[in-house]
Amino acid sequence: MASLKELKDRIKSVKSTQKITKAKQMVAAAKLRKAQAAAEAARPYASRLATVMGSLASKVSGDSAPLLLRGTGADQKHLLVVVNTDKGLCGGLNSNVVKEAKTQAKKLIAEGKDVTFYLIGKKGRAPIKRDYANKIAHHYDTSDMRNPSFDEADAIAEDLVSRFEAGEFDVAHLVYPVFKSALAQDPTTVQLLPVPTPDNVEASEAAVEYEPDEEAILAELLPRYVKTQLFGSLLEREASEQGASMTAMDNATRNAGDLIDKLTIQYNRSRQAAITTELIEIIAGAEAL
Amino acid sequence: MALHFELVTPSKLVRSEEVHMVVVPGAEGEFGVLEGHAPFMSTIRDGAVQVWKTEGGEPESIEVRGGFAEVGDAGLTVLAEHVED
Repeated sequence: MASLKELKDRIKSVKSTQKITKAKQMVAAAKLRKAQAAAEAARPYASRLATVMGSLASKVSGDSAPLLLRGTGADQKHLLVVVNTDKGLCGGLNSNVVKEAKTQAKKLIAEGKDVTFYLIGKKGRAPIKRDYANKIAHHYDTSDMRNPSFDEADAIAEDLVSRFEAGEFDVAHLVYPVFKSALAQDPTTVQLLPVPTPDNVEASEAAVEYEPDEEAILAELLPRYVKTQLFGSLLEREASEQGASMTAMDNATRNAGDLIDKLTIQYNRSRQAAITTELIEIIAGAEAL
Repeated sequence: MALHFELVTPSKLVRSEEVHMVVVPGAEGEFGVLEGHAPFMSTIRDGAVQVWKTEGGEPESIEVRGGFAEVGDAGLTVLAEHVED
């Protein structure tokens, strides 16, 4: 049985931990609102670009299509672009993303493909390195950016496109968490390169004039589309991180509360036991006289 | 008589309003868009998009970089990577 002083110290330390988790929870809640607003603000651009891409891609096909749309023609080397957070304290978010990436990798390897990883964010590096130490092509550090900006997406996309053009891989998949709510962030895999042709193409009946021609416009739009996708995934990551962090810290705060209650009961019991023992000793002593 | 004009960047919807005319710096030369323009798609070079709110008024210019313009039934949509406010 722990002594009274030990219990008292323990309660104090749990209380201060609770204060920290509570503060972190409130910070995450405030940041979540901002991250969600940013993710929403990015939607009009992405959806308009996707519409334009869809109508253009349906017109340009075959060998005249740019490399980014057509692909290298092979399907052997796969690249998994895994988007993780840079900070911890966000529950199972990162391990879920890594799990999804590993599932995809296993599936591809079982099909006899070569798999390499391209990591974005710090928290995915260690767990993926454990299983696929020599498969990591590059690690893109985003820890010094405070809010996802388009420049980051720009830099990542450019790097990816140049690797693609150099023939380092044939197909790239993007693995990132999709923010559903503060409680649910689903890790999702989408094909990034070659750019998949959208299915829901509405055939535009009007004769659209192009300046310059379709191919040239498409060639310029495709890298931009890749950038937009990466930017979107960075925004989703940000919102997911804050959401997951808020939930995790809420749980931690509640657990700390439970622990404090339990320790307080234990403390009071020991205190009362000590008092009772003392009384018995005094009474016994008095009776002996 | 008004043209629906939208200017969108990856981080936000900058403009969505009814205007009289917009002059866009297209890759192959500037072009003005009025209401009822034929469907048209063009890349644009870095430069100023000029917006006339009313006929004969003073144009407002917005610097854009990395852009793309589309004219459709819904009006003019300019997608730009960066906008100088």
